[in-house]
Amino acid sequence: MTDTPRLTQAEKDEAEYFARRATESGVPRPAAGSPEEPKTLFDVQEMELNFGPQHPSTHGVLRLVLKVDGERIVEAKPDIGYLHRGTEKLFETETYPMGIPHTDRLDYIAAATNNHAFCLTVEKLLDLEIPRRAQLIRVILDELQRLSSHLVWLGTSGIDLGAVTPFWYAFREREQILDFFEEYCGARLTLNCMRIGGLPFDLPAGWTERLSELVDDLPARIDDYEQLLTENRIWKNRTVGVGVISGEECIAWGLTGPILRGSGVEWDLRRAQPYECYEELDFAIPTRQGGDTYDRYIVRVQEMRQSVRILAQCLAKLEAGEIRGKVPRVIKPPAEEIYASIEAPKGELGFYCVSNGSNRPYRMHCRPPSFINLQVLPRLAKGHFVSDLVALIGTVDIVLGEVDR
Amino acid sequence: MNVITPTVLTYVKVVLIVAVVPAIVGFVIVLAERRIMGFMQVRLGPNRVGPQGTLQGLADLVKLVTKEDITPERAEKVVHFFAPVWTVVPALTALALIPLGPPIRIGRVETPLWVTDVNVGLLLLIGITSIGVYGIILGGWASNNKYALLGGLRSAAQLVSYEVPMGLALVSVLLMTRSLSLVEIVQRQQKVELWFVFPGLLAFFIYFVAGVAETNRNPFDLPEAESELVSGFNTEYSGVKFAFFFLGEYTAMIVISCVAVAVFFGGWLRPFPNVKALDFLDVVPPGVWFLGKAACFLFGYIWFRSTFPRYRFDQLMGLGWKWLIPISLANIVVVALSLLLWPGTTRGMIVLSWIYGGLFVVFFLLAKLRQSLAKRDRLAAVPAGASRPTAA
Repeated sequence: MTDTPRLTQAEKDEAEYFARRATESGVPRPAAGSPEEPKTLFDVQEMELNFGPQHPSTHGVLRLVLKVDGERIVEAKPDIGYLHRGTEKLFETETYPMGIPHTDRLDYIAAATNNHAFCLTVEKLLDLEIPRRAQLIRVILDELQRLSSHLVWLGTSGIDLGAVTPFWYAFREREQILDFFEEYCGARLTLNCMRIGGLPFDLPAGWTERLSELVDDLPARIDDYEQLLTENRIWKNRTVGVGVISGEECIAWGLTGPILRGSGVEWDLRRAQPYECYEELDFAIPTRQGGDTYDRYIVRVQEMRQSVRILAQCLAKLEAGEIRGKVPRVIKPPAEEIYASIEAPKGELGFYCVSNGSNRPYRMHCRPPSFINLQVLPRLAKGHFVSDLVALIGTVDIVLGEVDR
Repeated sequence: MNVITPTVLTYVKVVLIVAVVPAIVGFVIVLAERRIMGFMQVRLGPNRVGPQGTLQGLADLVKLVTKEDITPERAEKVVHFFAPVWTVVPALTALALIPLGPPIRIGRVETPLWVTDVNVGLLLLIGITSIGVYGIILGGWASNNKYALLGGLRSAAQLVSYEVPMGLALVSVLLMTRSLSLVEIVQRQQKVELWFVFPGLLAFFIYFVAGVAETNRNPFDLPEAESELVSGFNTEYSGVKFAFFFLGEYTAMIVISCVAVAVFFGGWLRPFPNVKALDFLDVVPPGVWFLGKAACFLFGYIWFRSTFPRYRFDQLMGLGWKWLIPISLANIVVVALSLLLWPGTTRGMIVLSWIYGGLFVVFFLLAKLRQSLAKRDRLAAVPAGASRPTAA
């Protein structure tokens, strides 16, 4: 038994960091005689590069500690937690309906799908029936959210690769979509737009007509983005063959969403485990075989087109009706453990709820697609250039609110 | 005694270049760039300072000058200080060689619209502009910042390798001009009744691509690549020193554009300088023709910036070494052969113009065809009505 204190990795890193700070030059110089000491002029010396959390293209507060040989990445270590707010713990302290606004802050650019997954879990616990109109409106809100989320992804990952213009076009359409949300529930980002058993409000007058106009416009707008990027030689140079991952490997890593479909696995919860009224809707699941950044780009763009199709069908099916099921005044689900998930824009978003029969969840766990997809980044980044890392962060499509929770 | 002597006028012109060009950069080019990009990107651009944002340059200047000038603690202070100067001075010096127009008469003195006409002008110009690279490399190195260092390294490799195709492209034109003096190059284009862009179409493309790379502009803006290297070589620069880097970059753009105009697009000559029917075009003074043509190239720079994504470093080097250099070498051979076939006449140049023009049209049409085919395939990949049966 030795008395040496057991240091965690973080503590070791910190000690190493301060030791390095203490050296004169700020650049670590291997001690004479140590194996790291460069023997000749041409010996490779790796440089440690701190990428983020304050970096223009880490999409929030992701920090990556890179080991680079020149510009080639030897190792990338994500360091997360800068946005940790203890959301899962917060769920335990509040009643079920009070949990919904917290879900807005997870994936804050796709709040509607978060609300939806949470409500779906509680509804599954309660075994609630959702009225048809509410189901259709939920699907409309989900698909609008998927569109706006993919638009943000398209714009920002374009900027990461130096294509600035698609960003402004994508955000023009996103603003329009957010206007629809604002009209519906008063908020643009943290929507809080669903309730257990249904919806808080019915659609405002004229909303569906205006939405149909947008839905008619969108295919041409998506063509515009593709015009700028899809056949652009530089765009293809930067994305084809970057971050290739096979379908089996995706499954092994637990990846979901466009990453999985970009690798040729046709898995979409809307089709595989239909919820709400997705069963009766006619849409395709875009897949690509290559599994690189370009294929994931194509998959996402095609998904936007499919979302437009789903929107058009839902708008046609809408008819008057209830927007909330028979929900008990106090929500006290039976003591049970339930997992329910939906296809969020970024992948499978699920909630695992342990109920002890009281009006608060005993334990509420979130399965965030961003967090699980982010795990694969070091694997994808290895051997690529620093420039590719930026493309890869974009293609994994993370939101740090969801990663850190 | 007459004060206006040629010597005095030369000094006046030097002062004008040093004083006016930064003002043009700050007030006209930057504003134009931001407004044009705003237009291309469905937004407004700066329109608040002064009417239509015309005083934005002044506001930027005040901001940059009053900003705290930070030198990082562990920077190489002297190099860090001189690096921005090192980018601006060569760029402004190079402007001295640019012939804006034929001699004009002020009072009794006739003076040309250039500061100096050196018989090795083009060579000197390439030499001077390549000195500017050191400012970027040294600035990146001296900042003692890893991102700046990577930016500096990138620019070292990029600018050195793009000097080569640029020089080779100009060599092929030199075969036709038989002179390195920019003034004589322009006059020669009048004599042969042909802008050198036609027989030198390929050389022009190579020159301009290399020129965009030389000036670190999109799609070759790797040394400062905002989304990758934060701000690259100028990460640790602020205030006036940053403004100097900025000025250096834009002045280099002006130099590249002006050389393109002088060498390929007839300098101050109007279109078809020897066609009598177009004499009415002489209403526009030659200097304005020159600046107008240069403005077109600057617009091209802005257009590129809002259209293209950024190349990756290895692809950039690949483009330079594997494509541009071999092509420009082949181009020299082709131009030399065509001149040898009809010695003493301009016939070779005219034949060459037709060949390159035809090739250009063919390639342009092929690219369009490929584009439309690709679009058709893309839309056919997931047909609008296709959907798979729902899972049981």
